[in-house]
Amino acid sequence: MLLRAEKPIPSSEITPKEVYESFKMTRRRVLSGLGAVGAAAAIAGFPRFAHAETPFKFTTSSYTVSDRATTPEAKAKSYNNFYEFGEQKDDPARNAHKLKTSPWSVQIEGLVKTPQTLDLDKIMAFRPIEQRVYRFRCVEAWSMVIPWDGYPLAELIKFVNPLPSAKFVQFISLADRKTEDLPSGINWPYSEGLRMDEAMNPLTLLTFGSYGQTLANQQGAPVRVIVPWKYGFKSAKSIVKIRFVDKMPHTTWNDLNSDEYGFYSNVNPTVDHPRWSQAHERLLNTSGNSLFVKSVPTLPFNGYANEVASMYTGMDLKHFY
Amino acid sequence: MPTRAIPYLKAVLHLLCLLPLLYLVQQYRNGALANLADPTNYLTHFTGDWALWLLLADLAVTPIRRLNPALAWLIRLRRMVGLWAFLYATLHLLIYVLLFSGYDLPAAWAGLQAGHMGEPWNQLRLIWPRMLDDVEKRPFIQVGLFAWVILLSLAVTSPQRVLRVMGGKNWQRLHRTIYLAGIAAVVHYWWLVKAGVRTPWKVTAVLAILLLARIACSAMKWSLKPRRAAPLTT
Repeated sequence: MLLRAEKPIPSSEITPKEVYESFKMTRRRVLSGLGAVGAAAAIAGFPRFAHAETPFKFTTSSYTVSDRATTPEAKAKSYNNFYEFGEQKDDPARNAHKLKTSPWSVQIEGLVKTPQTLDLDKIMAFRPIEQRVYRFRCVEAWSMVIPWDGYPLAELIKFVNPLPSAKFVQFISLADRKTEDLPSGINWPYSEGLRMDEAMNPLTLLTFGSYGQTLANQQGAPVRVIVPWKYGFKSAKSIVKIRFVDKMPHTTWNDLNSDEYGFYSNVNPTVDHPRWSQAHERLLNTSGNSLFVKSVPTLPFNGYANEVASMYTGMDLKHFY
Repeated sequence: MPTRAIPYLKAVLHLLCLLPLLYLVQQYRNGALANLADPTNYLTHFTGDWALWLLLADLAVTPIRRLNPALAWLIRLRRMVGLWAFLYATLHLLIYVLLFSGYDLPAAWAGLQAGHMGEPWNQLRLIWPRMLDDVEKRPFIQVGLFAWVILLSLAVTSPQRVLRVMGGKNWQRLHRTIYLAGIAAVVHYWWLVKAGVRTPWKVTAVLAILLLARIACSAMKWSLKPRRAAPLTT
């Protein structure tokens, strides 16, 4: 029988002093060892950010958040959801160095006058790059404030001339087994989409950089979209195809769980994610040695209601979440 | 394993269980925690992972012990592993209450420093509705809380004195709910991750093996038991 009552052991018998002293020594050694591991990880981790990013010229924009501190660059580039490179948020920063961003081209296809393949350099040089500091709200109830560098997607769309029958724009991300992990359970390639008016909205940014440099691989280099009034997963990364279609395209997270991730996925504090509230968000923008992450109320359309709410008048946003 | 060695072994095990916590302190002091984009998330997962791993270690004691009679002494370490699992689970819960829920820790701290002893309580009342909402609506929170309540009741009844008061049979019956806690903890993990994420599969496999081993053990014991049905019915 295992439930035998034991005689209490006098504390003097538990650990002789010399044993305790040797433990203290061991502990010290172990701790300093752990410190070294941490330092090594820091050295191994951070320079990766720098390998591919090059600064470029940009103009500032009036679409800039000024009431919140910008998220420190190292944090924005070390905490990413980019499932192609792993499921944990530190996986992309660790694994995305394998991504080959040059040469890169984007196929323009579907309902357009002239389907074509555009070289990245050509797309980048097409319009002047402006920097916009946007609120970025993840569906997981955290947010950042990030300077993105690019130009409105509308400019490119006007240039490629979609047919009047084109009602939606679909973005296809790179799916390359040689360089990406592509975990099973998701039907690759990643697909996202916007309604045509959403894609044409001046806020929708065709993005090539952040913090005044080309995008870090883990952020979706070399070209992505940023749709600041929608949850982050709507902003497709590492885009290789832009397809104009007449029907609502399938989108990756909606395919995986349509109850949790709708096609629209506008930031909406009144529509909860089934598993957590969307009324507040952890604002990840602390710098220095502050550990405390503030919880702030989430704004309708992520604070961009003035610019975008009119696109959804008459729509029941609880139904079309 | 000579009985005399057990206290030393326990001391070593205590230190081992303390190491993850010391690692956190170290990360706090060298600034590594503050350098993380989302320290709250990190602390939540760190403490949750260790609570779960220690809980599984606790559940592994009996099956491992059954492998060989020479390993019988392992049972004397089980209670402390369970208590450490409870400690990490409690830290996990505290991080939810004080960091995740929206609790204004700096305001509570500032209030204390200004001599308003009730300020931490006031702050808690401010976010209380949010936490209640979570408990009412979110299955993953419910199942996690359920696991913690089990661990709490086991921790409270863990002293020898309580065992004697309760009687061995009752005590054992209560303490078998540790299996429920293990299952609830793993379910908590699955319900938390997004569709397509398979991170919890390793702990699930370990739990499944431990439960199967336990069932196999019981079945064997039952089949070897001398049948006493006849005398009982007369």
